[in-house]
Amino acid sequence: MADAAIMPHSAPDYNEAVVRKFVIATVFWAVVAFLVGVWLATELAWPQANLGLSFVNFGRLRPVHTSAAIFAFGGSALFATSFYVVQRTCRARLFGGEALADFVFWGYQFFIVMAALSYVMGFSQSQEYAEPQWHLDLWLTVVWVAYAVIFVGTLMKREEPHIYVANWFYLAFILTIAVLHIGNNLALPISMFSAQAYQVTSGVQNAMIQWWYGHNAVGFFLTAGFLGMMYYFIPKAANRPVYSYRLSVVHFWSLIFMYIWAGPHHLHWTALPDWTQTLGMAFSVMLWMPSWGGMINGLMTLSGAWDKLRTEPSLRFSVTAVGFYGMSTFEGPVMSVRDVNALSHYTDWTIGHVHSGALGWVAFISFGAVYYLVPVLWKRPGLYSMRLVSWHYWIATLGIVFYITSMWVAGIMQGLMWRAYDQFGFLQYSFAESVIALHPYYVIRLFGGLLFLIGALLMVYNLIQTVRGKISTSEQRIVMPAAVAVAGE
Amino acid sequence: MPTKVEKDVVTGTNTTGHEWDGLKELNTPLPKWWLYVLYATIAWAAVWFVLYPSVPGITGYFPGILGYSQRAAVNTEVRAIEAQRAGTMDKIKALSFTEIRKDPQLMAAAEVAGRIAFANNCQPCHGAGGGGQPGYPALAAGGWIWGGSLDAIEQTIAYGIRSGDDKARDSQMLRFGVDGILKPDEIQKVADYVMTMYGKPTDRDVSAGRKLYADNCAVCHGEAGQGDREKGAPRLASHVHLHDDSRDAVVAQISAPRMGVMPAWHTRLDEATIKSLALYVHSLGGGE
Repeated sequence: MADAAIMPHSAPDYNEAVVRKFVIATVFWAVVAFLVGVWLATELAWPQANLGLSFVNFGRLRPVHTSAAIFAFGGSALFATSFYVVQRTCRARLFGGEALADFVFWGYQFFIVMAALSYVMGFSQSQEYAEPQWHLDLWLTVVWVAYAVIFVGTLMKREEPHIYVANWFYLAFILTIAVLHIGNNLALPISMFSAQAYQVTSGVQNAMIQWWYGHNAVGFFLTAGFLGMMYYFIPKAANRPVYSYRLSVVHFWSLIFMYIWAGPHHLHWTALPDWTQTLGMAFSVMLWMPSWGGMINGLMTLSGAWDKLRTEPSLRFSVTAVGFYGMSTFEGPVMSVRDVNALSHYTDWTIGHVHSGALGWVAFISFGAVYYLVPVLWKRPGLYSMRLVSWHYWIATLGIVFYITSMWVAGIMQGLMWRAYDQFGFLQYSFAESVIALHPYYVIRLFGGLLFLIGALLMVYNLIQTVRGKISTSEQRIVMPAAVAVAGE
Repeated sequence: MPTKVEKDVVTGTNTTGHEWDGLKELNTPLPKWWLYVLYATIAWAAVWFVLYPSVPGITGYFPGILGYSQRAAVNTEVRAIEAQRAGTMDKIKALSFTEIRKDPQLMAAAEVAGRIAFANNCQPCHGAGGGGQPGYPALAAGGWIWGGSLDAIEQTIAYGIRSGDDKARDSQMLRFGVDGILKPDEIQKVADYVMTMYGKPTDRDVSAGRKLYADNCAVCHGEAGQGDREKGAPRLASHVHLHDDSRDAVVAQISAPRMGVMPAWHTRLDEATIKSLALYVHSLGGGE
């Protein structure tokens, strides 16, 4: 504030150190998440790939993959971009000083490493996407509260009269994840020194709360948070105004309101009461347009700037991400309809759906942001190689296509095999036969995942070279003008 | 900061006049199609709320005007499938094995019913096609411990082995090593002798082993290792092995025998399905 009083019109000295740390963590955990994913895909195609070792069997490694992808990679990307965006759009340095920001960084990384170690050692409270035991849950709560304090504190000391739309989404993400995390992890430990705890709820109530948490982890972590990212980096990279402020307002509030009710669609055809299922399904269908509001705002912001897709490969990632976002937020409501779900539930269709969101939306929008941020944060004239970004883009896109199409076919085939009867009224196929039939699709999925990993490794190389201050010799001519522009900013 | 509304040259729309880090927003109205589709989904949801169980109350919930119940719907489907099977399954239940085998059409249906019941219930242990694996008998190979007739197979499936069911088949091999009945070197000698029974003789002298076998094992497994189905003692003079034919496996089984458990299936499968299973298992190649 004192600085602002002396120099009211100059940008404050932003805390970019913590953003740089989180960007490094984002890239590191991306590779870990994809690598473990590829290994798990190998185990599914050829189970002996678990090498007979208990700590890398599928059951223990799967939460390592999901947590690394969602919380380590996705989470670090959200921390990095939210800290960057909130400072820039508030014209205020992060609230709480460097120490608090560093505590959030190291505290969160500590949580991730401990969670992963606990999984491979066989600890889990058996709740999907909420596997860590109670000690770790408490630790994460402390870190998350510190994060919320920094974010809200920065908003409160902002130098701008209004709060930018990206920050609404980040704030919704931060607050709701806090509520979900605490609500779903309410448990009574059996002793201070035991990892085990009794969940407060049991049976179908426990399942309902788990999926209230699980679905809104998708809704507020993987959707609202990343929409915050989209609302800054797409207009920024396209250098265009956001398409519609009014749409921002309406789709924000409708999304926030509708999402929180949609969890029961994960429990169709279970012991969950019929009325609760209807509720979850109805709200999931109503979620379609609120979700698409973000897609429209993202894509239409490019009006008059579509040519930038040719020259800005990082923008290509962001825009393709919005496309995948639109696709999976249409697929989701369709799958939540009870009769569609009767076919899709428990099949690999669900896995395909999740990955069109995780790879296509979450990872791509993060790649776009990281490619934008690294030259800015390390004050480099530009990326090392635009051509490598292009290669990353095409290899990863092809990987996603292989992944989701193989899982669509596999999932629908599974669903149909499970419900097929012969002329006597007996099941046509056994469960084991449906597993055998999946093998070729699991191999195709592995290939798709491998492509995605290779693309990410190209990105790592490109970013390391960028930070080292290199410019690919074959591209110097193209990049130099941009270098001048950035340096003059 | 004062707001400054500008006209965007590309779209001709005004901005809202706010600016953050160079970012502006257009004041574009909501797309009409977007709004109408949103209303349509809300209307759709409202219709579902009226038709299907939806709004909860204190002691119950609004059941919807269609009176839909998932449990009832599933029961209806299950009953329809059962009705489709009834003609076949009632006959299988009522007729004897001999009568079923005389009716090729009924036999074909029984094998279809048996195949799928086997694949979904038995295959995880006994392997596809009854190939077996160590500790789980190979049903296709015919090394029956409790008998391979249709009636014997049916009884084993229905009541299981060491399953805790009153009619379960039960047998217990003594723990010769763990309980100190035989000394370790004696167990080695017995193992050497037992291996000669199934055609894997060693160079060592087996006379001591033969005597130990006669004194300790023959009472159940028979003088020539022919086994005893009444006692559930496996035939040793056989190329079919429940566990493994290595010396280590034989020594281990004598020292601390593994006694497998098979569940009693009559609590989960109906009589006709169990009979179908017996016919299917019998047909795998080992039936007697």
